[in-house]
This record gives sequence, C-alpha cells and structure tokens, in this order.
Amino acid sequence: MRAPGMDKSKTIQAVGFNLLRLVTAITVIPIIGLVVYIVVKGAPAISWEFISAAPSNGMREGGILPAIVGTLYLTLGTALFSVPLGVLAGIYLAEYAKETFLTRIIRVAIINLAGIPSVVYGLFGLGLFVLFLKLGTSILAASLTLSIMTLPTIISTTEQALRSVPNSFRVVSTSLGASRWQTVRRITLPQALPGIITGIILGLERAAGETAPILFTGAAFFLPQLPHSPLDATMALPYHIFVISTQIPGMPIQIQYGTVVVLLVFVLGMNLIATLIRSSARKKRQW
Amino acid sequence: MKEFIIRNLSITYSDENESLKNISLEIEARAITVLFGPAGGGKSTFLRTLNRLNDLADLKQMKGEVLFQGQNILDPQTDVITLRRQIGMVFSRPVPLPLSVYDNVAYGLVMAGEHDRRKLDEAVEKSLKQAFLWEEVNDRLKDSAYSLSGGQQQRVCLARVLALEPQVILLDEPTSALDPIATANIEEMLRELKKEYTIIIAPHNVQQAARVADYAAFFLMGELVEYGSGIDLFTVPKDQRTSDYVTGRFG
Repeated sequence: MRAPGMDKSKTIQAVGFNLLRLVTAITVIPIIGLVVYIVVKGAPAISWEFISAAPSNGMREGGILPAIVGTLYLTLGTALFSVPLGVLAGIYLAEYAKETFLTRIIRVAIINLAGIPSVVYGLFGLGLFVLFLKLGTSILAASLTLSIMTLPTIISTTEQALRSVPNSFRVVSTSLGASRWQTVRRITLPQALPGIITGIILGLERAAGETAPILFTGAAFFLPQLPHSPLDATMALPYHIFVISTQIPGMPIQIQYGTVVVLLVFVLGMNLIATLIRSSARKKRQW
Repeated sequence: MKEFIIRNLSITYSDENESLKNISLEIEARAITVLFGPAGGGKSTFLRTLNRLNDLADLKQMKGEVLFQGQNILDPQTDVITLRRQIGMVFSRPVPLPLSVYDNVAYGLVMAGEHDRRKLDEAVEKSLKQAFLWEEVNDRLKDSAYSLSGGQQQRVCLARVLALEPQVILLDEPTSALDPIATANIEEMLRELKKEYTIIIAPHNVQQAARVADYAAFFLMGELVEYGSGIDLFTVPKDQRTSDYVTGRFG
C-alpha cells in the first residue's frame, strides 16, 4: 500500500528541483553572456602588436603592453607584502592564539576589513603611503595599498584552511614529542597548503582587477615606457580600461573591449589555476 | 618497581564536563595496568594526564601530583616534549599522519632531531618488526599509511610509538575500531611488549580488560572505585559497584 500523500510530495519535490535548476540558470546565464559578449566584441582587437606595443596616437592605436606589465608588477608587489604577512597571521590565529576577547576582536576586524569599499583603501593608501611616507604615486605605494586590501582574504582563508585539518593530527603529532611549530611545519601547513594557495590567488585576483585603490596611489593615465623602479608610477589594466572608456573622445570601441578581454583572461586564468590546485589536492587527500 | 605514583589527582574541564576526583594509585613498571569502566568515567583524561597531552585540552583545574620515576610531571617546569618521547600513546582510532608508512614510524625520531638515514632505517625496521607488521609492509614503506587496512594502521601507530623507545605505552581503547582478529593480534603484542615496557591501557570492553590485565583500576564517574591485581578485580571484586559492572549489570 502506498503511503497517503506520496504523489503529492513527489510533485512538490519535482517542482522544487526545477525551481533550483531555474535559479542556477538565472545566475549562470548572465555571467556566460557577459563573457561571450565581451570576447566577441574584443577578440578582433587582439593581436601580437596589441599585447606587445605601447599605445600610440593618444591611446587610440597601438597596444597595451605598459598596462599589462604594470598590472603584473602590481600583482607581484602585492603578493610580496601580503602573502608572508597574511599567511603568518593566519597561522598565528589558527595554531597559536588562544580564544580570548582580543583574538575575537581581531577576527571581527579582519572580517570587517574585507567589507570596506575599495575606494576607501585608495584614500587610505594616498594618505599613508603616498603622502605621509612620501613614496609618491608609485608601484610601491599602490602595491602596499592593494596588500592591505588583500590581507583580510589571505588571513582568513589561511586560518580556515588550517582549521579544516583534523585536530587528531595535532594531538598525535604532539603525543610523539613534536613541538607546536614542528607540527605546523610538518603536518598542518602542508595539508592546508592547497587551501591557502587558493586563498592567496583569489585575493591577488581581486587586487589585479581593482581600480579604486591604485587610482590615487600608483596608476598613471598615460606612460608609454615601462616602469624602471618600484618608485615609478605605472599604467595598469583596470585603470586603463576606465581611462579609455571615459576620458578619450573618439576611442575605438574595439580597443576598449580588447583591453577588457586581456584583463579577463588575466583574472580568469588565475581563477583557473586556483581551481586546478584545489581539485588536484582534493583528489590526493586521504583523510 | 613503581613507574607512576599518583597522589590526590583532581581534574576539572572548563566546561565542567568530565573530571577526575581525588585519584591516588601506584602503577607497576613492566606490567599491563588496565583502566576500565563505563564511558565518561575519566579513563582518557587520566591517560592524557600521564603524558601531559591534556595541555591541549581546555582544563580549568588540575590538582595533585603525578610522579613519573620520582619526578612530578605536573610541575610547570617539566620538559613535556622529552616526557612525551618517554611516554608514548596509541589512540582509539588509528590516526596515521598524512605521510608514508616509513615517515609515520620515523616521525618521532625525526622530530627529536635524528636525521641519520641509516639509524632511521634501522629504527623503522625494528619497530615494525616489534609491531608484527614488517612482513606485511616492508615493500610498501613509501606508500601512504592510509593505503593500509585498519588493523595495519593501528600497528603503524604502535610502531611509531615503539620507534622512540619509550618507557611507557599508553593505549586509549586501541582496538575499538578493529575487527576481532586484529584485536587479538594487538592483545598478543601487548603481552609480548610488557616484558620491556610499562603498559597502561583503557580497553574498550570488560572482556578485553580481563584478558590482558596484570593490574586493574575501575573508574566510575571520575572516581577510582577499586584498584588491585587483575585476577582479584575480575573474580573477587571488593566493591559492589565493581562487581555489578564486571558481571554486566550496568555499563
């Protein structure tokens, strides 16, 4: 005998699943549409010259090499400061800090830092690095600003990745006479590393795509030669996109889309690497 | 010879959960002492006090004395890392570290600063033989310890303790995740090991307690109800509660 209401609950289940499918489609379709649209519009602009030459004729012709190189430098500079600091802070919070009022405040502060609008970081960087520390508008000042913006992401993903390592490993390692640091170095950190690297890449990816934080701290409107030192200002892809789409009259639309394609490839490429690291680590994990 | 002399040990966790109430007992060297009783009676807490592994837990209060070879190991000055190398521990579930079989067994020695490959090789072979595992895994030393069966994993866990050549081995329900044959293997091994080591074990049932015990301590809700030779406790218990538990009236 069938339980009463069986048919009804099956119908409800079918409706529910279809609703979920619909919602998923609603979120995915615009993203795919956006990327396809940009690639279709921008692809004709992509050529060897486009990615290897400096802009010319008031940026209406030529390439975007200085912006590509600038974004690369800014991303590397950001990594240089934010990775060691963020990872060490995450290790401290996950493995050493006792649960106290102070560490709770630190955690809340980190979460809130991640929610601050990027333009605020830009103004903060202008005040601290550019003016007070007299670094001028430079790759250094912009990297430091981006680092501060990226730090919360790196700290909290490092902490989370370490916390997801089973505590029994720590107990066992300790019981075999390992010190806390030995346990971190030999066991928990290697296990958490894929998660940490994913967090680092996602943080840097955001830094690479931001305009506001570098607007006042290091981005140049037009600077055809490549930067020579960390104290030089630089062109950068996101800011360049802003400039050519709002500040230059008679700008060929193709170049605008082409530049966006390059930035997208850069950012999505980083994303892809993060995904690959995560999935290969998941396959290797045994516990 | 007494390996441990415990005097008036009381422990309270921060959440007031499990505690030990004024425990005093003396543990014989080179014998198997069994701690038994219902879950939550304080056996694990007691075991983890002996190698100061409780330092990782959230303790509210710890009072009393635990003398190990005459030294009070609850003293804050105690070098806990050296202590843990002398007092090894095997846990209820096999928890291999996420390393190869070889690296699991060599782990304690490497952490202690031993890097001489030859000495490590010797120690790994010797302790795997002591754990009756060498024949089964000597061609798989580089494989992940997780590729072994549960019983083999637990013997790896024992071998990595033996590699440190400790004086005492603590076992916290070491066979609770194992089948009867693997359990029998471990028990057989313990009888062999007690010739050289002081063994303190919280078995996972009364039958196992009775099978391996030279000395036995009955823990009930944080209290040490009765302590004596294994034969006495399991055949002519003095305390009614011990008798009720041993005969299966509760537990």
